[in-house]
Amino acid sequence: MTDKILNSFKKNPNGKAFITFITAGDPDIDSTYDFILKMADAGADIIEIGIPFSDPVAEGPVIQNANVRALKAGITTDKVFEMVKKVREKSDVTLCFMTYANLIFHYGYDKFFTKCQEIGISAVIVPDMPYEEKEEMESVSLKYDVAFISMVAPTSEDRVRMIAREAKGFIYVVSSMGVTGVRSDISTDLKPIIGHIREVTDTPCAIGFGISNPEQAEKMAGISDGAIVGSAIVRIVEKYGKEAGPYIYDFVKSMKEGVLKA
Amino acid sequence: MNSKGRFGEFGGQYISETLMNELIRLEECYNEAKNDPSFVSELNSLLNEYAGRPSRLYFAQKMSEDLGGARIYLKREDLNHTGSHKINNCIGQALLAKRMGKTRLIAETGAGQHGVATATVAALLGMECEIFMGKEDTIRQALNVYRMELLGAKVNAVTTGTMTLKDAVNDAMKEWSSRTADTHYCLGSVMGPHPFPTIVRDFQSVISKEAREQILEKEGKLPAAVIACVGGGSNAIGAFYNFIEDKDVRLIGCEAAGKGVDTYETAATIATGTLGIFHGMKSLFCQNEYGQIAPVYSISAGLDYPGIGPEHAYLNSIGRAQYVPVTDDEAVEAFEYLSRTEGIIPAIESSHAVAYAMKIAKEFSKDQCIIINISGRGDKDVAAIARYRGVDLHD
Repeated sequence: MTDKILNSFKKNPNGKAFITFITAGDPDIDSTYDFILKMADAGADIIEIGIPFSDPVAEGPVIQNANVRALKAGITTDKVFEMVKKVREKSDVTLCFMTYANLIFHYGYDKFFTKCQEIGISAVIVPDMPYEEKEEMESVSLKYDVAFISMVAPTSEDRVRMIAREAKGFIYVVSSMGVTGVRSDISTDLKPIIGHIREVTDTPCAIGFGISNPEQAEKMAGISDGAIVGSAIVRIVEKYGKEAGPYIYDFVKSMKEGVLKA
Repeated sequence: MNSKGRFGEFGGQYISETLMNELIRLEECYNEAKNDPSFVSELNSLLNEYAGRPSRLYFAQKMSEDLGGARIYLKREDLNHTGSHKINNCIGQALLAKRMGKTRLIAETGAGQHGVATATVAALLGMECEIFMGKEDTIRQALNVYRMELLGAKVNAVTTGTMTLKDAVNDAMKEWSSRTADTHYCLGSVMGPHPFPTIVRDFQSVISKEAREQILEKEGKLPAAVIACVGGGSNAIGAFYNFIEDKDVRLIGCEAAGKGVDTYETAATIATGTLGIFHGMKSLFCQNEYGQIAPVYSISAGLDYPGIGPEHAYLNSIGRAQYVPVTDDEAVEAFEYLSRTEGIIPAIESSHAVAYAMKIAKEFSKDQCIIINISGRGDKDVAAIARYRGVDLHD
């Protein structure tokens, strides 16, 4: 699966990937299925599927509200698995899960990653599982060929090399302090962080948190290997509900063009 | 294994990468400070001169005679400045924050006691202060909101989720992850990621350090049991800590059962929770079959929390401490009983411990003594208890 992730970067002429995020089950799971296929058609190289959690402490209001809507509509981890299985009949786009440690822990690491492997999930992103705690999950996920994505933040400083050295799949570079959400300006100077990563590994790194327009995507992909966009897409779902598909398609297409220009 | 801050399998640091260096710095700063005589002397001086320590260990003679059985002692944390045990931890953490060069404190609060204590210490030390409190709790504990504002703090009413303590913790953590340079998160209980469960325990352990000396002086022997209420568990761990090695002392934590552990309206984590990872720690949590954190309920805003500190989960797992559920009804009766019998109005949180002591006092003989930790005073709860009894209070 890590080859599949690497290929999602390499297949583009400039080696940069555009990574999108969608909250599963918002406004309902059939719509999520539709949105994933639309994003794949529009050129998303990797799609992160968020499994909703009652208390998503890394999320800003946009994704937090999407979690609330999805849980109210009855989303469960098993329903997400079923939906992904259906997606796999239509698309072989690279897929990851983004969720919180408790959902995976409570499901059972072995059981969860067995299912991930069955339906072709390449990686998991778990924002409340830092380097110090990852072993309990990663030791199981790797058995099922699912990468545990490492995150670095603007505050990581001396930790960047340590984290990057062990990273698999891709490295998620958090652009800013705080929670997910659209930001008009990403002020952190990320070049030193990317520099530290490149000193110790060839694993691609992509920047996320706050990216919402093609110019930002181009700029961020320019200094790294890709751009990750979440809240800006979820905001489209918030606005158009079940009818969001075409709007998501257009948005993803324009963002991908930005990334390819980088 | 790289994981730090473990109590058996419980604890750890399940937190975003953004906060990891801050937690590491906090741990380093604390380890230096606790061995620095000038820090310890400043802490003790504030605890004694400002907070009014040591708190009294009071022999509740009427209650003991009335219940028949153990000689009952009350550890009077309610007599501390700001009216609860929370000040012990706030003074310690605020001094640590200053030592780290921080100028701003943020905190979550349930009943408002921790928020008031944080706001108080912030005022004293000239620090900026912002409190996160579930909107539901700002209504239940409106008086404490006003107190915090009076002390110069900004109070943010949290409108996500169940709008109670859990959601206040979520928002305080979010705020901290967006601003660490000048800000310390003064976590109010023995929960969250390492090093908080250890730091808060150490600052609260003054309760059992004093109580152990006091009971030996008054009774010439150790108590048969120490009883305290448990939400996150800070007053309980403080009351238990220096008795843990005294194997004959029963340690009893009283959880908020709300309307009963067989209903969904409960906050009794040990009784109804399962192992999980949340709010930075591996511990026991009330959650559904998919690991979604359950909405919990208790009449007491301070115990209305779906988890429990990792050291309590550990003490429970090895059988060193025992945790029992106490319902709203039992707590309210105990609230009224202690008011009537001893002229002491306990916090509704502490009333859970009083209620269990009332239940088991008879199991002890007259030459045995037990200690109930009265973690806070009940003035803040009077209006809520009146409502509970259907009494209409007018201003």
